[in-house]
Amino acid sequence: MYATKQTAHFTEPLTLASGVTLRQYDLTFETYGTLNADKANAILICHALNASHHVAGHYEGREQSEGWWDNMVGPGKPVDTERFFVIGVNNLGSCFGSSGPTTIHANTGKPWGANFPLVTVEDWVDSHARLLDRLGIQTLAAVMGGSLGGMQAMCWAMRYPARVRHALVIAGAPNLSAQNIAFNEVARQAIMSDPAFHDGHFAAHNAVPKDGLTVARMIGHITYISDDQMATKFGRGLREGLNFSFAPEFQIESYLRHQGEKFSTYFDANTYLRVTKALDYFDPARAHNGDLGKALSPATAKFLVISFTTDWRFSPARSREIVKALLDTNKSVTYAEIDAPHGHDAFLLDNPQYHAVVRQYLRSISL
Amino acid sequence: MITRADFDIITSWVAPGARVLDLGCGDGALLAHLARDKQTKGYGIENDNAAFLECINNNVNVIQSDLEAGLKEIADASFDVVVLSQTLQAIKHTETVLNEMLRVGREAIVTFPNFGYWQHRVQIGLFGKMPVSDDLPYQWYNTPNVHLFTIHDFEKFCTTRGYRINNRRVLAGDREARFLPNLTGTLALYKISLA
Repeated sequence: MYATKQTAHFTEPLTLASGVTLRQYDLTFETYGTLNADKANAILICHALNASHHVAGHYEGREQSEGWWDNMVGPGKPVDTERFFVIGVNNLGSCFGSSGPTTIHANTGKPWGANFPLVTVEDWVDSHARLLDRLGIQTLAAVMGGSLGGMQAMCWAMRYPARVRHALVIAGAPNLSAQNIAFNEVARQAIMSDPAFHDGHFAAHNAVPKDGLTVARMIGHITYISDDQMATKFGRGLREGLNFSFAPEFQIESYLRHQGEKFSTYFDANTYLRVTKALDYFDPARAHNGDLGKALSPATAKFLVISFTTDWRFSPARSREIVKALLDTNKSVTYAEIDAPHGHDAFLLDNPQYHAVVRQYLRSISL
Repeated sequence: MITRADFDIITSWVAPGARVLDLGCGDGALLAHLARDKQTKGYGIENDNAAFLECINNNVNVIQSDLEAGLKEIADASFDVVVLSQTLQAIKHTETVLNEMLRVGREAIVTFPNFGYWQHRVQIGLFGKMPVSDDLPYQWYNTPNVHLFTIHDFEKFCTTRGYRINNRRVLAGDREARFLPNLTGTLALYKISLA
């Protein structure tokens, strides 16, 4: 399946949660499958921290360019593009095409950089809603996402109840714990304390805070994997021997450095700061004195909530909070707790029971 | 979907439009049946992966969870009726689960195979071997059942706990066992509540 990147330009101003108004902006997106005559078979895929609109398929002539959820979305896959019209959209503030710190500010002709406003999950959902308007889609058959994407799916169901029939909230949480925020803050400090960061104006200095980004990614990566998985994959394995030096000696060290360095070559530091802030701020219950049920009460969608047993970043207990709120408010909810060893990353991996649950659930949706 | 002999009786005990929770709901057949016949709003709890997928297939809301761990996600008195169909004998923490059922539900429906059925008594009493029958189809070494009990035992348990028995039916196969039910009945059905 070939993917084609598209861009929608919006000139209707969008007022963000911060109070800042984006006078115009772009959203980069891809679609897979065919929208049916009733425009009723659309599924919106929301992405997490470092992913993009490129959900599935690959670009023509570039075999190695599979989308980030290619094992989930495609012809005959759990999210079957023979039946559904699937939309992947890049979030505002990201660095893969939609308006963000790396795109050009229309007034200055220069990249936004540090001047790009902070965005929230609610801002993303509002902007996605305008993309649906543009595509002529009133109601989504489903909105789905993992991790931060799951939070967007939940937000969709609360904010646009009439436009969502099903919400698939995978490896999500109702908000970040203090520990989650702590990890994000350490990652941000790694970036901001890099001398090449220049208060976010690094582009103007022809610099890239690569070291900060590398450390930020290394920290994040630790939280994506379970202790057991790390032990299985790396244990105390050494590359060569102990050399009494600070070069990477343990396999886990070189793995994390490799992941971090790879990340620092393609991800934008200002985006990383903004996306982690959006995570920290997400807390729909906050406006209701911590009552998540009250926050969810406008939702009319049916929910599928999925967690993974070894996920300690957003543990099953956090998903169960969502389930409890849905049960308390009499919503339609199905909850799967997938036995997987991989930790948070499991939502991106090809687990047979996980994929069977999504496949079966989407099959049961009448179109 | 398999319809079991006890479904009709359970269905007759559930009020139209009731909120129903089915513990160990298997493939969700009972909930689907109740939703169709009584327009109930229901949820199932099931831990088995294959059965869980069947529930989704049957359009039944299902929560994947281990009953033995209690029903922490479920608020007090949030269901009209909580069903435990042919599962009590396979549960380790019998008292916890029954307490939880009557915490979250106004009433509980419990059905179980009657260990006191005469053929079971003959097998163990006369032949000295663990009973195997349609309702207890397992060998001693592969049975999921951890607590085998009789109608007599269950009623005594209800009395000591102060549970009120609101309804009782005993089946022998497809028929009603009216005469000496603890001897002639294979399957017992109870509707209980806190007194």
